[in-house]
Amino acid sequence: MNSVATGRKLLMTFPVTALSHTLEEYCARGGYATLEKVVREMRPEQVTKEVAASGILGHGGAAFPAGRKWGVIKLNDEQPHYLCANADEGEPGTFKDRWILENAPHLLIESMLIAAFALQVRHAFVYIRGEFDLPYRRLAGAVEEAYAAGLLGSGVASSAFSCDIVVYRGAGSYVCGEASGLLTSLEGRKGYPRNRPPRLTVRGLYQRPTVVNNVETLANITGIVRDGAEAFRKVGTAKSPGTQLISISGHVARPGVYEVEYGYPFAKFIHEDCGGVLGGKKLKCVIPGGISTKVLTAAEIEPLTLDHASLVAAGSGLGSGGMVVVAEGTCMVRLLQVLVRFYHHESCGQCTPCREGMGWLHKIVDRIVAGEGELDDIERLIAISEANDGTTICGMGDAAGYATIGILAKYRDEFEHWIVHGRSKHDGRLEAIGAEWTVSEVALDG
Amino acid sequence: MKQLHAEFDVLRRRFPPGFEPSLVLPCLRRIQEERGYVADADIDELVAYLGVPRIQVEEVLSYYTQFRRQPVGRWHLQACRNVACSMRGAEGVIEQIGERLGIAPGETTPDRRFTFSTVECLGSCGTAPVVMVNETYHENMTPERLEALIERLER
Repeated sequence: MNSVATGRKLLMTFPVTALSHTLEEYCARGGYATLEKVVREMRPEQVTKEVAASGILGHGGAAFPAGRKWGVIKLNDEQPHYLCANADEGEPGTFKDRWILENAPHLLIESMLIAAFALQVRHAFVYIRGEFDLPYRRLAGAVEEAYAAGLLGSGVASSAFSCDIVVYRGAGSYVCGEASGLLTSLEGRKGYPRNRPPRLTVRGLYQRPTVVNNVETLANITGIVRDGAEAFRKVGTAKSPGTQLISISGHVARPGVYEVEYGYPFAKFIHEDCGGVLGGKKLKCVIPGGISTKVLTAAEIEPLTLDHASLVAAGSGLGSGGMVVVAEGTCMVRLLQVLVRFYHHESCGQCTPCREGMGWLHKIVDRIVAGEGELDDIERLIAISEANDGTTICGMGDAAGYATIGILAKYRDEFEHWIVHGRSKHDGRLEAIGAEWTVSEVALDG
Repeated sequence: MKQLHAEFDVLRRRFPPGFEPSLVLPCLRRIQEERGYVADADIDELVAYLGVPRIQVEEVLSYYTQFRRQPVGRWHLQACRNVACSMRGAEGVIEQIGERLGIAPGETTPDRRFTFSTVECLGSCGTAPVVMVNETYHENMTPERLEALIERLER
């Protein structure tokens, strides 16, 4: 896809062609050799130890160490364990897992089998968002190929280890991307998140110990086990080892999915590797890791590097790697309007602060845009956001608050302008007008 | 939808024992693919087939946006209106579809050929703006490509 030099690569290591996702080509690249070695020569604890030693952080947004999550599973507790790949990629601005599902489904399957071996899982699941059509067909096709080749089911690769993978399709709920909401959905119910504790690794799917890992996190497992934790730690930074698939969109000249080595310069990535802002405009700000991370201004990103520690120190986060570039002249009131409309639409309604709070945020921003706002509304938005923080079962309410406070803290003047003058400080548009239109490489039409 | 039971049996065998409740979503999806929506009779049948409480099926149907209790038109156009698509012209796309088909989001044309909806992020931000037609993503929409697409669907 994008073969730019954004550091070393661990996932985008092959040219994408019309057939590169197939079992035949995957095996020609050395695929399933690691699984063969694992099921014949390794013990489950060894695999988990290697993953823990690699220091890999979860790639779904929370950056929780995967090894620590796996470490909670007790191998000899005489109850079933489950593994679930979280492919419910729905954080606006994020489309990186889609790249893996479409182009490297067998890498995910091999990695899941290795993880299942380590965690002694007989039944594993991929929870994929319901709208994904091509990613689903690619993944489901790859699962069938793997069954036909004896790599899945009873006696994986003719070993004593057996594992089935079920691909489970969601049905259009953002909250199901949250691990506990995902498992509730996988139990065939409305996707309400659950209170922790107990952790899902203690009581997850049907009350059994369950590991839920993001697709990209899992996709890295094969490489970690093949090359060893030490080799993995040599890539990236000490605190964020490895790479991150960053999906970049918005007012950027070359949108798409890029594999970036942790520690790569933020500004260089946008201005050089991604071709800068659309139409040569100036950069206004960047939403760095999915809309739930706080916006960073053009000046703020200058000294930063693309890794968790750097972005967290700057008061934001690398989150899910869903980066949205915003050009100068874009109206931040309208941008916030789109975000709070989304959160309002997606609140599952289980917790009062989120169910009511999202509606209030949405209504208040709507009335500002309608020219009926009051100056007190800015404080109201902040108060609602702060009151939400930490009061709900899942992190969605918090996330909406971070996004709201992030924009208000840096672009308060635009809100005041609209309230006082009844119109946008800019032209009220979100679209970059007059910008040179670039059509990205991937077109799935037809 | 009794004709689907053989298919449901196959699906059931892929899940571990005791996972019958998990089949609610995949079964409803298949029913909807066949009928175009989920009818009252389908709920009765699924409840009997899976042995799950009726309220579970009803809750799932009302909770998930992809499930429908009413039929839609032959072609269901769903235009994304989230942040990345908006920044790449989704507002124009939505206006154009509305004008071209003479319906607002949530409506179906009187000849039942087109239903138009707006949706939140489809994960197509790098190829925005996107319009989903039934199951298929149509990405990198421009006014010209959108017009050509609607013309193709009208034939």
